[in-house]
Amino acid sequence: MIGVIKAMGTTFKTALRRPVTVQYPEIHLPLPERERAFPLLLWDHDVDEPFCTGCQACERACPVECMTVTMRDNPKQKEGTSKRRKIVDTFWIDYGRCMRCNICVEVCNFDAIAMNNTWSGIERSAYDRRDLVMDMDELMSKSMAGQVTRWTPDDGSDEK
Amino acid sequence: MVIEHEYETVDLNINMGPVHPATHGVFRAVLAVDGELVVDVDPVIGYMHRGGEKLSENLDYRQGIGIQDRTDYLSQMNSEQAYVMAAEKLAGIEPPPRAEWIRVLCAELNRCASHFMFLGAYGQDIGTFGTAFSYAMRERERVMDLFEELTGERMMYSYFRVGGVAWDLPAGFERKVKTLLRHVLQGVNDFEGLLSQNEVFLARTRDIGVLTGEQALDYGLTGPMLRASGVDWDLRRDEPYSVYPQLKFTVPLGQNGDCWDRYNMRIQEIKESVKLVEQCLEMLPAGPIMPDKMPRMLRLPVGEIYVRTENPRGEYGIYLVSKGGNKPYRLKMRSPCFCNLSALREMCIGEYLSDAVAIIGALDLVMGEVDR
Repeated sequence: MIGVIKAMGTTFKTALRRPVTVQYPEIHLPLPERERAFPLLLWDHDVDEPFCTGCQACERACPVECMTVTMRDNPKQKEGTSKRRKIVDTFWIDYGRCMRCNICVEVCNFDAIAMNNTWSGIERSAYDRRDLVMDMDELMSKSMAGQVTRWTPDDGSDEK
Repeated sequence: MVIEHEYETVDLNINMGPVHPATHGVFRAVLAVDGELVVDVDPVIGYMHRGGEKLSENLDYRQGIGIQDRTDYLSQMNSEQAYVMAAEKLAGIEPPPRAEWIRVLCAELNRCASHFMFLGAYGQDIGTFGTAFSYAMRERERVMDLFEELTGERMMYSYFRVGGVAWDLPAGFERKVKTLLRHVLQGVNDFEGLLSQNEVFLARTRDIGVLTGEQALDYGLTGPMLRASGVDWDLRRDEPYSVYPQLKFTVPLGQNGDCWDRYNMRIQEIKESVKLVEQCLEMLPAGPIMPDKMPRMLRLPVGEIYVRTENPRGEYGIYLVSKGGNKPYRLKMRSPCFCNLSALREMCIGEYLSDAVAIIGALDLVMGEVDR
């Protein structure tokens, strides 16, 4: 009997404090900087073209083969406005396949791909799985609008 | 087991699962009952087989880490640790000390989270519907939030790398861990008050599914299941890997080998894990998190290796065969749950049908790991 009373005591103790949960669809908790939602392409605002050169390093490194990348000659390089000889032609990412492992970001030599660390990368449900195949415009738009940037790891030694 | 009757009876087959709230995933047990007593159990597994071992053969050593997350989806860090340790030992890579300490810190926090999941789910199985579950989930959520800050993901961390870890700790992480540990201890104490000495809980778990130490060893049980039967064996202490030799902790032991002892093992292990994390925070050295010379594409020499770690559920082993190249030739995962499940028949026979749920719950099954 004592055990049951003790158990009820624990319950009553927590009945008096405020809830630890939030009402999710109305309230969005802030996401950490490192949040790893789906990958996005980044836009080079200085030259007004994508960082991506279409080198296919991410495509080869992807464990689930969710990416398709093609490359073309960069017309801006001939004009002299850009230093990139090659530029991405098409880029598809199948978000339905992607397992958000961050390997594409790690292997990218041009810092051209980043994981979306905003809620827009998480709330991605769709009625048709074909809607989850993203083309280049969709992948680029968040970065063009300046909503997503690549986070750089700090050394973590600020408290040492 | 045969029960003597004066009249003729027929055993009744009862199907439990594969979709059943008490089987923690897709586990099916066909129970033969004589009246209320279980006379035979036939576990049916394989509903969640995803071929992780075969898939790993086509993935290089960085990509394969993702498979480890999905194998045991409640103790991802521990499984990853076994995998990267196997590759490191074969390649002869020495991870820097800071990486080792971060790994142990993460693994022990993950152990807390995993055991909280067990406590909540076990309360659910026994019948404290919802109450115990929300208490345990509250604390597990805190650990997951912290991991989200560290790795960016809530469950599939893929944080460890061959040679070290992917990123260093974020700013202010150590302070947050200290706060978390207070909450975790508070949560365990709450839980003990809620269940441990609760008469209803005791009636459901005391002397249910008893296994002696010899039986536990015969069935190849590991982890809390083995220690609940009184066998003093913990890989972290008896075959130490990583930085565990430098850490001080005690290994809790059970006396009766019944379901209550198995539950109590998890409670005590969380407390030990908290101590371990505290020591990790104190001794965490500064320095790099990856060795200086890591090749872009890791190629292992020809050879084979078996590495085992103490997961929350028991002994997790990775048997890695390399024939050169950047992919394993064969990867075998020794799953603790699969071996623990083999003792189910021994534990269930002769018990009441309602206690079968308590026994299955105490196994702390993760079907993703059983079927791999």
